[in-house]
Amino acid sequence: MAAITLIEAVTQALAYEMTHDPSVVVLGEDVGVNGGVFRATAGLSAKFGEWRVYDTPLDEMGIAGVTVGLAAQGMKPVAEAQFEGFIYPMMEQIVCHAARMRNRTRGRITCPAVWRAPWGGGIHAPEHHSEANEHLFTNVPGLRVVLPSSPARAYGLLLAAIRDPDPVIFFEPKRIYRQYKEEVPDDGEALPLDVCFVLRDGSDVTFVTWGAQVKECLEAADALAAEGVSVEVIDVATLTPLDFDTIKESVQKTGRCVIVHEAPKTAGFGAEIAARLAEECIYDLLAPVERVTAYDVHTPLYRLEMKQMPSTAQIVAAAKRTLAAS
Amino acid sequence: MTIAASFEIEYLQYLDAEGKLVRKDLPEFAKDLDHMVELYKLMVSTRVFDTKSIALQRTGKLGTYASCLGHEAAHVGIGSAMRPEDVLAPSYREYGAQLYRGVQPRDVYMYWGGDERGNDYQKEPARHDFAWSVPIATQCLHAAGSALAFKIRGEKRVAVCTIGDGGSSKADFYGAINFVGARDLPMVAVIVNNQWAISVPRKIQSGAKTLAQKGIAAGLACIQVDGNDIIAVRKAMEDALEHARSGKGGSVVELVTYRLGDHTTADDARRYREADEVKQAWTREPIKRLRAYLEAKKAWDEKKEEAWKHECDEWMDNEVNTYLETKAQPIEAIFDYTFAELPADLQKQRALALSLEKGAH
Repeated sequence: MAAITLIEAVTQALAYEMTHDPSVVVLGEDVGVNGGVFRATAGLSAKFGEWRVYDTPLDEMGIAGVTVGLAAQGMKPVAEAQFEGFIYPMMEQIVCHAARMRNRTRGRITCPAVWRAPWGGGIHAPEHHSEANEHLFTNVPGLRVVLPSSPARAYGLLLAAIRDPDPVIFFEPKRIYRQYKEEVPDDGEALPLDVCFVLRDGSDVTFVTWGAQVKECLEAADALAAEGVSVEVIDVATLTPLDFDTIKESVQKTGRCVIVHEAPKTAGFGAEIAARLAEECIYDLLAPVERVTAYDVHTPLYRLEMKQMPSTAQIVAAAKRTLAAS
Repeated sequence: MTIAASFEIEYLQYLDAEGKLVRKDLPEFAKDLDHMVELYKLMVSTRVFDTKSIALQRTGKLGTYASCLGHEAAHVGIGSAMRPEDVLAPSYREYGAQLYRGVQPRDVYMYWGGDERGNDYQKEPARHDFAWSVPIATQCLHAAGSALAFKIRGEKRVAVCTIGDGGSSKADFYGAINFVGARDLPMVAVIVNNQWAISVPRKIQSGAKTLAQKGIAAGLACIQVDGNDIIAVRKAMEDALEHARSGKGGSVVELVTYRLGDHTTADDARRYREADEVKQAWTREPIKRLRAYLEAKKAWDEKKEEAWKHECDEWMDNEVNTYLETKAQPIEAIFDYTFAELPADLQKQRALALSLEKGAH
């Protein structure tokens, strides 16, 4: 078993599920012979043919609506938005149809579809290719928002997303597409949706994060460990529906929480977690909840984009402020 | 000069406004007068249903309702040409087509009466059709996706979407016909051109001479039809469906009709259109001409008309009563169809809502 990158884990999951479930189809711009601009669908067209690995016209709205139609008629479509910055024309179909199809027909028609999108900044990409916009989807009822942060979780969570009977937005942190490799058995084992993953146990501070920012949080935890501070790191993975219990249990243990995300601060998903902590564990807190996020500005073009992204140093500093508070 | 491409759009009509045949090559179905009577009866029952719906709204028993007055030939023509295994993705006015496919009047009343169960059509083939799509033209893409599903699975089925003249301005419509044209998918896009998109008239909706020709740009077969002539509508739909079913690809069928009523019960068309125009449109309406045709053929008369209308009244009264007697859903229904399985968070909110119902605060 060879070690694979996160993007290769995506391909592996797609190939596994297409092999085992003939109703799974992949569609999007350049997903066919070209194998996707990030190579997520490399080799799939040769293996499964042009009708199951479907090169669509260049029309994001069209891809989204066709995906709804496919799902409503018994297929399991996995649509690709080439970049998260191009997902906006898809939103009407996702919000007005995919997410509410089950509800508005009282379960008569459902929409078991996945929208994959490379997500976030950090690869020196052009404008509109580097957004962190998960929060625009997290208050849509009936929709799952999933962000893997490792090759193994990309594989297991994508399998789960395809098998899920409801629509899923699957954001892939493109900054860590090829950051490292790990061994991911191609055994078809899905990971659970709707649960947080505790990546590191600790007792002094809880870091809550998702996507590529998991990397900086683990680095910050290492740095703090060298100073004798024990950090628990939680990868939320499925933002909605949120497994708040895992976060709550951790914060009740540590009394301190730093929420880290790449999206802008105001009304980012971190705000929801902070609000819940205030509602449900304010008396367990030993320090104010910290949020380390992007500023409330547009993602800068790439000369300055890393200045907008939370850094390991910022996360360490935030943790130290919580420790200084009590 | 070298011509790169050129096109023509056929206009199809069999019955003129007086109910006289304008061409002799009657399609097979139209030679069967019993069948023509069946189509006529459904057009009449659709109008009785529509009249009843508006009365219900005016008396406070129904929410906002979109009338189909004047569209009866267009809608019944669509529904009757489709096969059960085909799929319909309608906008919110095509009751005649839907009633043909098994949607019940009570379903329509339930939906416009504020109850999601109105979208849970119980009878096939409507049960596998899409529910009304409110965001304009979005359903065209659902039909395109359905057509792709049929093509992938090798099924000889066709997806049909309906939109209005206004809807044909939207990117979703253009996207859908382009998607279908690119791979010859089995879809028929029906533009029910009733001349008015709420208050905006056809002439400033699009600079295209016909709306049908929009399909030319996507590589589809296109035809413009007298949408008040049931024979022409049915024939054009049969041809377009056969074209798709035989693997030749999609079509755009423009049905030229007229919205005799307001856009919805929340609208007052007198604000923006001339009474004379509406009066003129009434002379071309679909039911009168088919009745004249059938009466000339001795297939229909005043006595049958009265008897059928009476039967429709009883049918609709029964449907109305069923609707009015159906209690609102329990509060938990707003949660229970959000996901296949209710997530833990929503279970808590559901419990809260239930406790509030029981008087807790």
